Amino acid sequence: MNRERLHAMVRKEFVQMFRDPATLRLVLLVPLMQMLIFGYAIRTDVRNLPTVAFDQSRTQESRELVQRLTATGNFVLRSHAESYEDAIHEVDAGRARAAFVIPESYARDLKRGRPAAVQVLVDASDPSSSASAIGAAQMVGQQLNVEIVQRRTGTDMASRLPVDVRVRPLYNPSLRSAVFVVPGIIGMILSNILILLTAMSLVRERETGTLEQLIVTPLARSEIMLGKIAPYVLVGYVQMTTVLIAGHLIFAVPMRGPLLALYAVTFLFITANLGMGLFISTLGRTQAAVTQSAIFILLPNVLLSGFMFPREAMPPLAQAMGALLPLTYYLQIVRGILLKGVGMAELWPQALALAFFAVAFFTFSTQRFHKTLE
Amino acid sequence: MTTPVVQVASLVKRFGDFAAVDDVSFDIERGEIFGILGPNGSGKTTTIRMLCGLMSPTSGTATVAGADIARDPDRVKSRIGYMSQSFGLYRDLTVDENLEFYAGVYELGARKTERIAWGKREMRLEEIGPRLAGVLSGGQRQRLALACAMMHAPEVVFLDEPTAGVDPAARRLFWTIIRERAADGVTMIVTTHYMDEAERFDRLVFLSRGRRMALGTPAEVKAQFGSHLSLEDIFVQLQEKES
Ligand SMILES: Nc1ncnc2c1ncn2[C@@H]1O[C@H](COP(=O)(O)OP(=O)(O)OP(=O)(O)O)[C@@H](O)[C@H]1O
Ligand SMILES: [Mg+2]
Repeated sequence: MNRERLHAMVRKEFVQMFRDPATLRLVLLVPLMQMLIFGYAIRTDVRNLPTVAFDQSRTQESRELVQRLTATGNFVLRSHAESYEDAIHEVDAGRARAAFVIPESYARDLKRGRPAAVQVLVDASDPSSSASAIGAAQMVGQQLNVEIVQRRTGTDMASRLPVDVRVRPLYNPSLRSAVFVVPGIIGMILSNILILLTAMSLVRERETGTLEQLIVTPLARSEIMLGKIAPYVLVGYVQMTTVLIAGHLIFAVPMRGPLLALYAVTFLFITANLGMGLFISTLGRTQAAVTQSAIFILLPNVLLSGFMFPREAMPPLAQAMGALLPLTYYLQIVRGILLKGVGMAELWPQALALAFFAVAFFTFSTQRFHKTLE
Repeated sequence: MTTPVVQVASLVKRFGDFAAVDDVSFDIERGEIFGILGPNGSGKTTTIRMLCGLMSPTSGTATVAGADIARDPDRVKSRIGYMSQSFGLYRDLTVDENLEFYAGVYELGARKTERIAWGKREMRLEEIGPRLAGVLSGGQRQRLALACAMMHAPEVVFLDEPTAGVDPAARRLFWTIIRERAADGVTMIVTTHYMDEAERFDRLVFLSRGRRMALGTPAEVKAQFGSHLSLEDIFVQLQEKES
């Protein structure tokens, strides 16, 4: 490796990057757009389900129940139905996603100490959005039970129950999905944009004919490869910082752990992805061919890394494939540092994996790249 | 006689079954302006690429500036200058930036400023330093490419169709520059498919379908095939005989 040659190569790549407005736009605006789209659109915590009530009891007690259910924030009362069929019809037609059905005997049953059967019907065709509504409804039911029994027996019921399981959501107490999604976006954007940019950068030289002139010089392969990735390290940091700040301001994403450690580990992650991009660029001779190979990485990145779906729920094969992606490890790091406030003491295995990927991809792609036209 | 600066012996390059260069041999003396002529697809570029260490020969041997092209392509690369057939410089960099890039890549160190100034002066680029390479005229582009290729003062320079698609005035200027460089003692190896340029070479080889059809000075080639014909006529005949 020669300093003067490497310097010339790095400098040229920087000048070219800053001279290309399309790339700069991509680099600066796409992260922000993706953050807004994902932050607002991916909501696994869908609240405010439009709800129809079929209250046959029409009593103080039944109104209180409806009031309690809507107070969870999961249901918004939209209309009252005159019959059970009416209520179901509202759900079928999509005007309501939940229905409360309160029997005529509700208040009477309560007073006489008989079990009062209340139905909460939830449209579960989208399971992720219905899960929290179902949970909330069950919770309201339980709380009411406890209170009523207490009132009747005059004792502190809770202290006498043998098992009292209370779920307390950690790190993200209000279960807002933006808080969870935005740190993931940092990883996904870094990964996908950087892989594409580096993959294109080398193959573009091949397509425009500048590579032939480049490889006839004494530049070493590693110098060419390092020059190709250098500007994108900066790009990666700019993108990460943009999403971090915007996520903090717009979605109140916390920054609980050591940011310095996050920035340091991000270097490994960026390098691993750039190495992967270089590797992809050695797989084809045209930008079209390389874009196609890139899809084979970008898609698993989104689906298998734990960005969208929890890895724990995946079949073993998908989990194993996810374990081959740098993004999988980086997501654990970035979420760990930002949301849980943990540091390198807990996250060093993931950092080690990233270091391994960075070295492996870079070495491997340098080996695959030849200074010939064959 | 000194040893030839380029020695080519039975060079063959196959792409699958197809022989793009088929058993070609020639020597080139130091300081010669040597021509590789032939119609499209005759193997000129493939020959040059092998001699520059960009492709390995299927069989045969060649040495360039004392280095073996198959065994030591990196040594070859450091001793030669090469200008590819398609414009190989960065269109999104200026003339000056391209020159600086190649000066750095060739590790000119302290000689950098002096060599860039030399290139701009000799290749008549002094007025267009800040212009983007992508907006230059054909002739300016080729002169910039030659300046970059000769930045490190190589002893052998390969130019692949440097005058293709360039207007007659710019072509004449380019030939003036080639002669000046040869007068400095640099070996200039130039391909062309313009047969009217044949007379400009000290010696030349004529290729057709990858095979050597003629070799020698323009006068020798003429004598070989009948001196009442122009070189252009001879080449057209050779080509027709082939197909
Ligand atoms: N990488 C390659 N793979 C397969 N065939 C090739 C390759 N490179 C060149 N050829 C073929 O080899 C033959 C010689 O090509 P070459 O480029 O050397 O010709 P040329 O004399 O330079 O032609 P031109 O005047 O058009 O530049 C052509 O038929 C070409 O299609
Ligand atoms: Mg050619």
